[in-house]
Amino acid sequence: MALVEVKKLSKEYKRGVETVHVLRDLDAAIPEGDFLALMGPSGSGKSTLLNLIGGIDKPSSGTIDVGGQRIDNMPERKLTQWRAQHVGFVFQLYHLMPMLTAARNVELPLLLTGLSRSERKQRVAAALALVGLSDRAGHKPKELSGGQEQRVGIARAIVSDPSLLLCDEPTGDLDRKAGDEILDLLDGLNKEHNKTVVMVTHDPHAAARAKRTLYLNDGLLGTEPEA
Amino acid sequence: MKYLPLVLSSLSRKKLRTLFTLLSIFIAFLLFGYLAAIKAAFTSGVEVAGVDRLIMTDKITIINLLPYAYKNRILATEGVDAAVQSTWFGGYYQQPRNTFAQFPVVAEEYLEIYPEIVLPDEQRRAWLEDRGSAIIGRALATRFDWQVGDRVPILSPLWRNKDGKNIWEFDIAGIFDAGKEGFDTSGMLFHHEFFRQGRAFGEGLVGWYIIRVTDPDQSEDVARRLDGQFANSSNETRTVPEKAFMQGFLNQIGNIGAIFSAIIGVVVFTLLLITGNTVAQSVRERTSELAVMSILGFSRLRLLSLVFIESFFLAIVGGGLGLLVAQLLVESGGDPTNGFLPAFFIPGEALWAGVFLVLGVGLISGAFPASRALRMQHVDALRRAA
Repeated sequence: MALVEVKKLSKEYKRGVETVHVLRDLDAAIPEGDFLALMGPSGSGKSTLLNLIGGIDKPSSGTIDVGGQRIDNMPERKLTQWRAQHVGFVFQLYHLMPMLTAARNVELPLLLTGLSRSERKQRVAAALALVGLSDRAGHKPKELSGGQEQRVGIARAIVSDPSLLLCDEPTGDLDRKAGDEILDLLDGLNKEHNKTVVMVTHDPHAAARAKRTLYLNDGLLGTEPEA
Repeated sequence: MKYLPLVLSSLSRKKLRTLFTLLSIFIAFLLFGYLAAIKAAFTSGVEVAGVDRLIMTDKITIINLLPYAYKNRILATEGVDAAVQSTWFGGYYQQPRNTFAQFPVVAEEYLEIYPEIVLPDEQRRAWLEDRGSAIIGRALATRFDWQVGDRVPILSPLWRNKDGKNIWEFDIAGIFDAGKEGFDTSGMLFHHEFFRQGRAFGEGLVGWYIIRVTDPDQSEDVARRLDGQFANSSNETRTVPEKAFMQGFLNQIGNIGAIFSAIIGVVVFTLLLITGNTVAQSVRERTSELAVMSILGFSRLRLLSLVFIESFFLAIVGGGLGLLVAQLLVESGGDPTNGFLPAFFIPGEALWAGVFLVLGVGLISGAFPASRALRMQHVDALRRAA
């Protein structure tokens, strides 16, 4: 069963007088439990597609269905709530709050829930344990390595237990070893915790860890890279 | 409460900047409180003026004296409840710069007309019994460190005594306090009889009359009636409510209220720019963080609240402390001129205005960055951060 289904999805931007077609009538389905790598050259629309699936951008036309809910026409307020409950985001540049500790960063999405302080604490501890950073809970981002920061980012993404993880170049800013650790983590989340993972990457090595890879080129989706 | 760490983390990002902003707000409101007290010192006479009191002076100028003989005619006028004469003595203590107000009055009558004068019974008795004595206000006592029992020489350039000297000596019989906030306690009152018998000239003349009416609503009619009685005499009169008299006196210096309001306005406006700029800068630096929070599920309303909590925190901590310290300084330190000002306090309404201003600073300084956070586009914000 498809967790994510996009139909006739188009996205265009205005750049001065020019209209840039980033995505053109794109159809795709991502089954539940999939680990999908999205590849393609810069500007091909990978991140745009990810943002649209995650409900942080609106399509110019077409529909987006996630977990049986149409999100392309969802009002902003409802969409914000939906994101908090259903999607975890992992960013290339981690985007942690520099003044908060790892634990406080991970706790952020839980502040929006009705959980008590002790429940939040429990969940944060579990998420940090899952990414192997229990001993760094009290550290601020600048006291962590890049790999550790990304693991905190992943802990933040999974702490509210979303079904869909959207990762935008999660290893793009890391060395190979740290990158592999992150990919191991995503792999584990997919296999052991049945998270559906969609990962945008430039790196074939990272893409190889996914169950399947789709290629975006000039706004169109394919299973083979453009020659 | 669960958002407190978020707000504190934002404020502690640039500690020095936050500290300087807090300091500038603190100083601005300290200044606001102090200026309000000084403004009140100049204008409190008008505020505390009795609604049932009229002041009768010479029609042309207060310098011209009025006949003492008017008193009985005033008292006989319909609507008049009591009257007491007073005169400008115009003296100073030791040096001309030590000037303050001294008035010869009929003690019992004056104390009755001015219930705002609070004097211990024992001192009241002592003053009434000793015609060579005087009572002084608390601010004046503080100014020159005078105590009950002290004998003080006052030099009046206007009034020579029968010894051919301008120096008059008074025994301080009591120190009075203000029974109403803002009542002038920077002056001295002494016996009219002592003055009348001691002065070398001016027999039968007084400076002005303070008249209490039976019905404040009839003040204007009574004033008209009084002035009508003395029309076309050699000493025509002008009778006005005490409030108008005080205001007229004040207007000779200038519109003190407007001057101070202008200064306070400039201070607060400058402060708004500083705080607004700081919060805006802080929010600008965190655009990507706000975008991430929004992506994580923080509604725009919640982000808006966080920005406002930050701006209100700065305003309330800085401004609240400023007002509090101003109040403490004014209360404990007292008059910076050491008694030259008739009264020195921050009026209640000025404190409330300060509280509203603090909230206004929080609201306005947070409005622009908050609207920015509201309009923020996730994708653009993240792209800028990258």
